[in-house]
Amino acid sequence: MYDLRYITEDQLDALKEAGNIGAGNAATALSTLLRQDIDMKVPAVRICHFNELIESIGGAEQPLAAIYLTVQGDAPGNMFFLLQPAEAELFVHYITGDESFSWSNTSNDDINLSALHEMGNILAGSYLSAISDFAKVNMQPSVPQISVDMGGAILANGLIEIAEESDFTVVIDTVISLSDPNQQQHMVEGKFLLLLHPDAFGHLFRALGVEEDD
Amino acid sequence: MIEAEILHVGIADAKIVAYPQHLRTAGLGSCVGVVVYDKQKRIAGMAHVMLPDSSLAKQTQMNRNKYADTAMDDLIANLLRHGASRSRFKAKLAGGAQMFSFMSSDEKMRIGPRNIEAVEQKLREYRIPIESKDVGGSNGRTIEFNTDTCGLKIKTVSKEEAII
Repeated sequence: MYDLRYITEDQLDALKEAGNIGAGNAATALSTLLRQDIDMKVPAVRICHFNELIESIGGAEQPLAAIYLTVQGDAPGNMFFLLQPAEAELFVHYITGDESFSWSNTSNDDINLSALHEMGNILAGSYLSAISDFAKVNMQPSVPQISVDMGGAILANGLIEIAEESDFTVVIDTVISLSDPNQQQHMVEGKFLLLLHPDAFGHLFRALGVEEDD
Repeated sequence: MIEAEILHVGIADAKIVAYPQHLRTAGLGSCVGVVVYDKQKRIAGMAHVMLPDSSLAKQTQMNRNKYADTAMDDLIANLLRHGASRSRFKAKLAGGAQMFSFMSSDEKMRIGPRNIEAVEQKLREYRIPIESKDVGGSNGRTIEFNTDTCGLKIKTVSKEEAII
């Protein structure tokens, strides 16, 4: 395990770079697929208490649409792509052209949900494969799952393994947004959160060349 | 009129209050929110636990409120210290959902049911009756405990509010 108290600025910068490369690749994949410009913000990497993390996504009770998957391999963890539920509906309308889709009338066999799943696959796959290639570590995404529920309830799933060792987590957080071509403001804004297991850091830091000397 | 104040319990956190203060914790998924209370004295304690068993802790200085077993021990000890009477203790609990359905062998996916079982086990050990509960399922919950009526309000994203 890795004691987060001793994490260095260099190591945080290396994680930020990895997040940047991952989200950049995901944004490119999405842009190609939708033939549309995707904006990406500079990623943030921070060490925060579980409660701060939950506050940072709008609070424990805030409803969110989440595409969630687990990451297996050398650098295991959990990954979330979070959207406001109403914006997730817009995103689905945009992808499928079916404007009737809404969370209140969807069922599990809804083809629109499959489209959102597939989008999750593409986004997560391109995000993780870029980091994998960059750091030369093996990171395998699981099949994504979708949930629309309270932010705290969703995120806690990504904190279980971390909680066995700490009350703090390193968060790699990147926002991408899809602009409406006819308007100035964003149409859909999604947030990637990568929460690495404590076991992942040693491996990742070695691979990124920022291992601390003991 | 006495102004009501609601104290917020975070994740892996616990608090004790007396009337007119009330208790609330938001966004329970696989976590369990448990309330132990003395209705006559209107004293209540709430814990928001993440994991079932502190013996799994890999930390040297662990947060006891994170684990069902240690959080319950502390909650009960603190209630007694605040003058609540053990013979009147009752409990209500909510949460322990399975938010995502994938993954077969992964023990982590059963964390909700394991949290429920661990809290109920502790309540049995202390011989505290469970007055009501709203557990399991696959949705998040916010709970609010009223120390006067001892009602536990359950809020979800898609269902009607309920008081148990």
